[in-house]
Amino acid sequence: MELFNSESKKIISDPINVNNPISLQVLGICSALAVTIRLDQAIIMTLAVIFVLCSSNVILSLIRNYIPNRVRIVIMLSVIASLVSVVDELLKAYLYDMSKQLSVFVGLIITNCIIMGRAEAFALKNGPSKAFLDGIGNGFGYGLIIIIVSFFRELFGAGTITLPDGGAGYVLWRIPESWYAAGYENVGLLVLSPGAFIILGLVIWVQREMAGVEEDA
Amino acid sequence: MNFLRKIFSETGKFVEKGKPLSWAYPLWEAADTIFFSTNKQTSSGPHIRDNMDIKRTMFFVVIALIPCYIFGAYNIGYLNSLALGVEKGIIGNTIFGLSYVLPILIITFIAGAICEITFAIVRKHEVNEGFLVSCALIPLTMPPDVPLWQVFVGTSFGIIIGKEIFGGVGTNIFNPALTSRAFMYFAFPTKISGDKVWAVGPDGYTGATALAVPANPAEYDTASNLYANISQFDYSNLNLFWGLIPGSIGETNKLLILLGAIFLIYCGIASWRIMVSCVIGLVFTAVLFNLLSMLTVEGILESGGTPNAMLTITPLQHILLGSFLFGTVFMATEPVTSSHTNTGRWIYGFLIGVLTVIIRSINPAYPEGVFLAILIMNMFAPLIDYYVVQSNIKMRLSRNAQ
Repeated sequence: MELFNSESKKIISDPINVNNPISLQVLGICSALAVTIRLDQAIIMTLAVIFVLCSSNVILSLIRNYIPNRVRIVIMLSVIASLVSVVDELLKAYLYDMSKQLSVFVGLIITNCIIMGRAEAFALKNGPSKAFLDGIGNGFGYGLIIIIVSFFRELFGAGTITLPDGGAGYVLWRIPESWYAAGYENVGLLVLSPGAFIILGLVIWVQREMAGVEEDA
Repeated sequence: MNFLRKIFSETGKFVEKGKPLSWAYPLWEAADTIFFSTNKQTSSGPHIRDNMDIKRTMFFVVIALIPCYIFGAYNIGYLNSLALGVEKGIIGNTIFGLSYVLPILIITFIAGAICEITFAIVRKHEVNEGFLVSCALIPLTMPPDVPLWQVFVGTSFGIIIGKEIFGGVGTNIFNPALTSRAFMYFAFPTKISGDKVWAVGPDGYTGATALAVPANPAEYDTASNLYANISQFDYSNLNLFWGLIPGSIGETNKLLILLGAIFLIYCGIASWRIMVSCVIGLVFTAVLFNLLSMLTVEGILESGGTPNAMLTITPLQHILLGSFLFGTVFMATEPVTSSHTNTGRWIYGFLIGVLTVIIRSINPAYPEGVFLAILIMNMFAPLIDYYVVQSNIKMRLSRNAQ
């Protein structure tokens, strides 16, 4: 199979745009709300999800012919859970501050509906290379949305833009003091969870409008 | 009139379908129907022979709000004179207050008009006048020196999130004016809550609203005694009624709100059932809490705890305090977001009254709970209606089956 023929391109680009796991299938919302307070958390979370999603897709796709249908959920869960433990340990070893900030949400990748959903819907029916591409596509589709949400939440809620580095995050830009002196104020609502819902809703609105998706009433 | 008609007919040609300016048709239509009744006719039933269309209804609500604006302006000036210890006179006070009220009002209308017209042009429908009432209500719920850019952001949020994303006037779940109030309350808490924002005075001047007094008392006492001990403002029941106290611009004078209520009921715009049942719910819960306080206060004092002074507010004080009457008359009765069945209206209003007292008295974070209570009940209004209709259907079925 050629790597970049039109079919594999579609496998990657669909989940990023017209079949986005968050904004169109509305899966994986819990972590999208929880880790989007700061941009650096969202970026690290995206990388973790992409790693778990691709690996689990490939592994499950390789062993798909040997999995008895009746116990497939257990096997999927044990593969995903082992991968998540690997990610968790890696974060603790190399990015300790970040791992403390993300706390339980790394562990909760196990229950992220996107990963189970892709394993069930795609990896068990397709070969490993396609499954890998599907993992990449869905991972980036997930990451794109939570990075957009966290960008707006951090910028307007806390007044900073933070990129990940080894420690507590590198502040790329901070709203200057003179703005605050002139009367600017951070929107406190965006730091709260309802703020994440509102931003996510607006992102879903814009994204569906751009992708041209309409839902029946 | 002929002259005006001519102007509109001439300019109308430019915005017809197919012309380059056709995107501006909603604007032209809105201006046209302010002066002339529409010549559109309903082609299918039901037909209602009444000249109270949306536009006239909205104008009546705005008329009912005008006295609240004027008194609000006077009150800002009065409290400022009180803080500075000077005498400005009625005219001077009103003019001083208008210099705070008018900018808020203008910014609200600019923000509302931008959102409404943008959506009208994109969605190709006529400009709907619903935003006029929302925009007339929003400044009345604001403290006098709220930053204007925050008013702009809040109004846009209320119109877009509260109304347009649900499909515009008539299809919204939440009251747009209250949505923007709630947004500003949670987004910019320092500028719209606390003790410093309600009266315009010198820097650092504090004037707590009447509800904040029993919420954070220095020492426990009944609410009536706490009010009697305050010398900064007159918190007697009579003055709570007259409204010369700190508060949102439109909420303080209860007489004008009651007159507005009578006017709206007389015109058949607002539902008296909702207003009455709100008051019943409030009185019921307040009496319940008073009893609770009487039964428990001694035990709590003996064991060394601090009892909740909010529980001792009498039902009459609850009615006169804060924005309960304002919210009940102008917000809860909004025809779109309230219940549509008469039985449903009784339940809806009653629960607003109950929730208002619960949020005020038991929740330590929010001394005022009317706007949250109304928003919560807005959410449940369709559910209440559904069950009222279903039970009616069941009742009639069982009657006919016999």
